[in-house]
Amino acid sequence: MKETLIIAGFGGQGVLSMGKILAYSGVMQDYEVTWMPSYGPEMRGGTANVTVILSDRKISSPIAHEFDTAIILNQQSMEKFEPMVKAGGVLIYDTNGISRHPVRADISVYAIDATAECAKMGQAKLFNTMILGGYLKVRPVVEMENVMVGLKKSLPERAWKMLPQNEEAIRHGGEIIRKIR
Amino acid sequence: MAEVEIKQENLVYTKPKLITDNVMHYCPGCSHGTVHKLIAEVVEEMGLEDRTVGISPVGCSVFAYNYIDIDWIEAAHGRALAIASAVKRLWPNNMVFTYQGDGDLSAIGTAESIHAAARGENVVAIYINNAIYGMTGGQMAPTTLLGMKTSTTPYGRDPRLNGYPYKIAEMMAHLDGATYITRQSVHTAANVRKCKRAIRKAFENAMAGNGFSLVEVVSTCNSGWKLSPVDSNRWLEENMLPYYPLGDIKDVKKE
Amino acid sequence: MAEKEVKLMKGNEVIAHAAIRYGCDGYFGYPITPQSEVMETLMELKPWETTGMVVLQAESEVSSINMVYGAAATGKRVMTSSSSPGISLMAEGLSYLAGAELPCLVVNCQRGGPGLGTIQPSQGDYFQAVKGGGHGDYHLIVLAPNSVQEMHDHVALAFDLAFKYRNPAMILADGAIGQMMEKVVLAPQRPRKSDEEIKAECRSWAAFGKQADRERNIVTSLELQSEKMEVINLRLQEKYKAMEENEVRYEAMECDDAEYVIVAFGSSARICSATVEMARAEGLKVGLLRPITLYPFPTKQIAELATRGVKGFLSAELNAGQMVEDVRLAVNGKAPVEHYGRQGGMMFNPDEVLVALKEKLIKK
Repeated sequence: MKETLIIAGFGGQGVLSMGKILAYSGVMQDYEVTWMPSYGPEMRGGTANVTVILSDRKISSPIAHEFDTAIILNQQSMEKFEPMVKAGGVLIYDTNGISRHPVRADISVYAIDATAECAKMGQAKLFNTMILGGYLKVRPVVEMENVMVGLKKSLPERAWKMLPQNEEAIRHGGEIIRKIR
Repeated sequence: MAEVEIKQENLVYTKPKLITDNVMHYCPGCSHGTVHKLIAEVVEEMGLEDRTVGISPVGCSVFAYNYIDIDWIEAAHGRALAIASAVKRLWPNNMVFTYQGDGDLSAIGTAESIHAAARGENVVAIYINNAIYGMTGGQMAPTTLLGMKTSTTPYGRDPRLNGYPYKIAEMMAHLDGATYITRQSVHTAANVRKCKRAIRKAFENAMAGNGFSLVEVVSTCNSGWKLSPVDSNRWLEENMLPYYPLGDIKDVKKE
Repeated sequence: MAEKEVKLMKGNEVIAHAAIRYGCDGYFGYPITPQSEVMETLMELKPWETTGMVVLQAESEVSSINMVYGAAATGKRVMTSSSSPGISLMAEGLSYLAGAELPCLVVNCQRGGPGLGTIQPSQGDYFQAVKGGGHGDYHLIVLAPNSVQEMHDHVALAFDLAFKYRNPAMILADGAIGQMMEKVVLAPQRPRKSDEEIKAECRSWAAFGKQADRERNIVTSLELQSEKMEVINLRLQEKYKAMEENEVRYEAMECDDAEYVIVAFGSSARICSATVEMARAEGLKVGLLRPITLYPFPTKQIAELATRGVKGFLSAELNAGQMVEDVRLAVNGKAPVEHYGRQGGMMFNPDEVLVALKEKLIKK
């Protein structure tokens, strides 16, 4: 098993922490993991992305030129990372703010309207776990029980009271993700 | 030459035990030797021989470690108080002092000096201010007086060209971490005695954990000033002391 | 406390944990991206309440390295960390540490230069780390970790080597290794050495207060008599020679039958290990030699590969070509040696390196 994933969007969308939850979940499942962020001023309102690799073998390069899965959360990232999804790979995107939708026919494309759903619920903070839930529905690379441990480990203790809502958001994300092609 | 033996009953002075037998490289009339002696006496009197660490500078007193029989660390130019800060934090029961000139402490090492004082490090800086760079051949120091001739101000220090001298002791006195700031001299016997009391007080301040101490010693450099030792002392009194007045500048207990 | 703890951590964070667990006595530093997490983690962990380790934020890198110099001069195990521009400020102190023969650890989490440059990863400080950086004839022991686990392991290794040779040691990492999270097994907590142990161990040279039963210790790099200063220099060179003979560390991947060998260190080596996998999948006999110690450099090992008939070497670095000079010296004309690099904070992908290998060497 090896999953090479890029999560890309705006700083503030929880891109890096989504990657961290997944990486921790991978650790709980005894996988080798790497979490390689873009860092620096980019984080402050600009684009942010993180490459997460989960593997049952030692991971060579933490940097990849092609991805099994891309989770794309803004237009710039669509331009940059759609071409980098492996043939037969998966692209997941939130339709909010996307002016040019994915065009490739050799990959599976899924949409998840998490921004809209979170706005409706008045729960903007659950955005990234909802996206994660959608991803895990399409690519069940880690067991849900490990995801819950990963979630707890990557949240500061003061945020643990939000664990039930996040668990519900992960479940709900799995319900609202839909296959485009 | 016949050996002159001083009879015990006539002995009125011995050199401190901590002053080594090495021949000092300082010029005759230089203040360094006197200040070294005072430090050695204070360390001995306080019984701190086995836990005093001296930080020597770059400048004429770079070889201070040859003359006082304690452990020494030789610093890069200006960095003595950064070094002292770390030594004291790792050996809090030790007595840690720096011995620095005006170039070392108040030119190249200004940042290290100000910040050690601001942090309230429990160390003592002995600051020899002779308004000139002695070791490198008599160039302008940050403390060189206006009009004073040096090898880099051959027509006298001109504020338009060379800027003004400054008083780092008064600057440090504004810092909360600095608790004992004093300016002394060793150009008369009375001043030597006062200076020793100040050094002792500074060492006690450091050992009590009361914060940072600076003992500035307004000093002579007869070679650099191109004056005889006696004329240097007179010049110090007439020119240096009006600009660098003696006495305690700050003496407080830590909040 | 458990014997082994597996954590998910950034390279910079793990430096802090490893230092505490090694029994490090003090850290002195100044914030700079991309390594600020080292001091931030230390301040959060508050080791002064547990092991007694001192942590101090200095007013500059100049001050930090001199604090390290001072504390090291007393026999304590102390360290600092910074990133490229900050290491330039430390160059003076590093020369003095080497000259006074003081052991310590300096971590450089490199970013792209020159000047203020960028905050993204780079390996542009190879020359500075390996060839000197400060003035005079001296060497640092330079370790190049390629994973978060090695960031952890190299803290103990660097301190051990630094004390073995009484010489400053550097961990030459980069923004990628510092910012990346991976699984790491943390070492068990070791007790810090007591003052009495340090006094006994470093009795002959450290300045912690003159003891009644010994001469005073003077820590200095100064000797104005040229005849004596030459003797000191010759002694230092002997020490460096001993390091070159005894301390070379490297990792060879698929080198046994390799026709082409990539030489790469740190994060580049991680990327290039994927290049080797890709090349092997295409049937190309490509290997990777990863120097773990950049000084001392695995000159002999590279020379042996060249003698054995390797057809070409590619030095893949995140710079304009620095380590390639040492690879060329080792190969000594027996085979072509090329460089491939990205600069200014850009990183290469595994496939780019393969393309470069084919274009520069295999197709020739």
